[in-house]
Amino acid sequence: MLRSSAWKLCRVGQKSLQRQLEACSVTTRAAVFVGADYPSTGRGFAANSHDVFGQHRDEKGNTISTPFDFTDANYDAVADILLRYPSNYKQSACIPLLDLAQQQNNGHLTLAAMRRVAMLLDMPEIRVYEVATFYTMFNRSPVGRYHVMVCGTTPCQIQGSDGIYEAISNHLGLHYGQTSPDGLFTLSEMECMGACVNAPMIAIADYSNGVEGYSYKYFEDLTPADAVEIVKRYKDGEKPEMGSRYRSKAEPAGAVMNGKWTPAQKTMPTLTEAPPGPFCRDLGEMPAPEQPKA
Amino acid sequence: MLARGGGKRTLQQLRESVLRAYAAEAAPAAQPAAPQPPPPPERTHFGGLKDQDRIFTNLYGRHDPFIKGAEARGDWYRTKDLVVRGADWIVGEIKKSGLRGRGGAGFPSGLKWSFMPKVSDGRPSYLVVNADESEPGTCKDREIMRHDPHKLVEGCLVAGTAMRARAAYIYVRGEYYNERVALQQAVNEAYAKGYIGKNACGSGKDFDVVVHWGAGAYICGEETALIESLEGKQGKPRLKPPFPANVGLWGCPTTVTNVETVAVAPTILRRGPEWFAGFGRKNNHGTKLFCISGHVNQPVTVEEELGISMRELIEKHAGGVRGGWDNLLAVIPGGSSCPVLPKTVCDNVLMDFDALKEAQSGLGTAAVMVMDKSTDIVDAIARLAYFYKHESCGQCTPCREGSGWLADMMKRMVRGDARVEEIDMLYEVTKQIEGHTICALGDAAAWPVQGLIRHFRGEMEDRIGRASLAAEQIAA
Repeated sequence: MLRSSAWKLCRVGQKSLQRQLEACSVTTRAAVFVGADYPSTGRGFAANSHDVFGQHRDEKGNTISTPFDFTDANYDAVADILLRYPSNYKQSACIPLLDLAQQQNNGHLTLAAMRRVAMLLDMPEIRVYEVATFYTMFNRSPVGRYHVMVCGTTPCQIQGSDGIYEAISNHLGLHYGQTSPDGLFTLSEMECMGACVNAPMIAIADYSNGVEGYSYKYFEDLTPADAVEIVKRYKDGEKPEMGSRYRSKAEPAGAVMNGKWTPAQKTMPTLTEAPPGPFCRDLGEMPAPEQPKA
Repeated sequence: MLARGGGKRTLQQLRESVLRAYAAEAAPAAQPAAPQPPPPPERTHFGGLKDQDRIFTNLYGRHDPFIKGAEARGDWYRTKDLVVRGADWIVGEIKKSGLRGRGGAGFPSGLKWSFMPKVSDGRPSYLVVNADESEPGTCKDREIMRHDPHKLVEGCLVAGTAMRARAAYIYVRGEYYNERVALQQAVNEAYAKGYIGKNACGSGKDFDVVVHWGAGAYICGEETALIESLEGKQGKPRLKPPFPANVGLWGCPTTVTNVETVAVAPTILRRGPEWFAGFGRKNNHGTKLFCISGHVNQPVTVEEELGISMRELIEKHAGGVRGGWDNLLAVIPGGSSCPVLPKTVCDNVLMDFDALKEAQSGLGTAAVMVMDKSTDIVDAIARLAYFYKHESCGQCTPCREGSGWLADMMKRMVRGDARVEEIDMLYEVTKQIEGHTICALGDAAAWPVQGLIRHFRGEMEDRIGRASLAAEQIAA
């Protein structure tokens, strides 16, 4: 019941968006700015982003008149997301909806996609542009089908992430921020991805097949050769298993040292027994019911 | 001369002390002390947590993380009885357990939860769980979300009840896509079982748990930035006061807590606050997840007792430093924002809030980054400076500009392309940032560099000396 009404709500918004897009396309067209990043030379603020231009520049497939709309299946997802927040604070759904739009739109947010989100959430467009430029996971220019992100922050750095970057960079012939000519790969450096015990690691976002085929996989405990192998397998259209190459999760097993996996000599096994079953102490008497104070 | 004089004095002192000792032995004690009950033996050694005392029994994902496995491990067991005992009871028990926030600041959790309004003025209260785990070195919440998500969901209900909250919003960082999917599955299962939602666990209370996600911004781990981000804005921290407990998410009373703090709450209540308080030193009670990364033989995430010595932690669980303990150069004990500690300090320091604070660092998120002698320590800290430059939200000038300056200067320090006076200048820049910003990111950017200068100034000066010597030789 709620779900279908939210769906209807979206549809209404969608129509009015179309009207507004048509109405404003002439007047505001020249004055649309999408961000405040600097070009990636010198002291750029978004050095990890492949978005070279801070401001929106019209390009093929990304002008104010380029259409964008969520698919029907994704409108279900939109309605599902909107139900999570109070109806008078729809704006909260901004990041999830932008995320959805990006997945649907082959990994980047066009101007129209951001405006569509603004329309669905009754937000001024500039508020959506602000969000889209603030967060590093949003791309505002096209990326490859597979976005390869190498973690380069200290825990990975001291475990050899430079070697991982070099190997992938040599294999693909790309530097950070570049996309391969066949449109398959974009290479980026990311800040700490939160898998430090399994350093060094890369993450690969798969935008090849819309929202249904989307995946965001961590590949952990990598040697340079492993990293190249994973990229090769993506190139061949495979879907490599995510996670560590050499151990199950974050248990003690060994480490990547000098570009090679070295199993541990002796491990300190913890959590080896079957976990204990349910337990609860005697909770005692029920406390007296709380007296609300005025 | 000096040495000989010193030797003489020492001899004399020795003689005096021996004489004093004889005198004391000769004189009988004035009165035998009144018989007193022997004080309980004080624990001086911590660590060596046993498996049966571990809270996160599925840390390595060896068992089913979802509802069947979780129930078999004891989650959702008598949760109703915990919830119906009410907010004051839960807060009291958590206060008794001595639990301190696991997200970095180490604020006593029971006290924090008690700040929420007891009587609503019409606005609902919210619990917001901070799963935006982005501090370099930290990967503990990730293990909770993907292997023990029901602990977190159950914790939301318990902690939410303690705060008289209507709903919990779990803010997961955008990069944790798979963790978020696992957590969402756990939430769906809990709804299906009636553990949350209307009449949660049959307690008569309605409680919702919602998973929300971000899109890659370290700053959103700061509580007010997280609230801003959850409201669909840029993650720029708010000025406090008003504190979130008064005006938080959507203008309603809100408490933001770390995943681990919330996830341990039900187990503490079930096993009793005395059990939890039995671990660790005074004011630093309980167990904690440690993430040991870097130059160790087996990097690992492990639950241990607070107060374990750093050396024991690294040698027992992480297989020791590569090349032996003597090959250790430095350790960052609590995530990137805690100042680095040199080996001399690491030899004896204990891993808890107060001990590390005394050592001029901090427990932070208990992310132990180990660096052996092969590490270029200046480069490692320079990379952190770059991290903070990249992650500064740009709202306050000292942090926005200062973090850029720190990164630029540190980049030159790595090469030694600087003058020795510039080390003091660098220190001055960190002091200009620290304490002059809205949130703690400014402090966090300043501390690693301060730690480097405090303990490795010699290394920086050597490097500058070598570089200028090389430059002179080229010029000659």
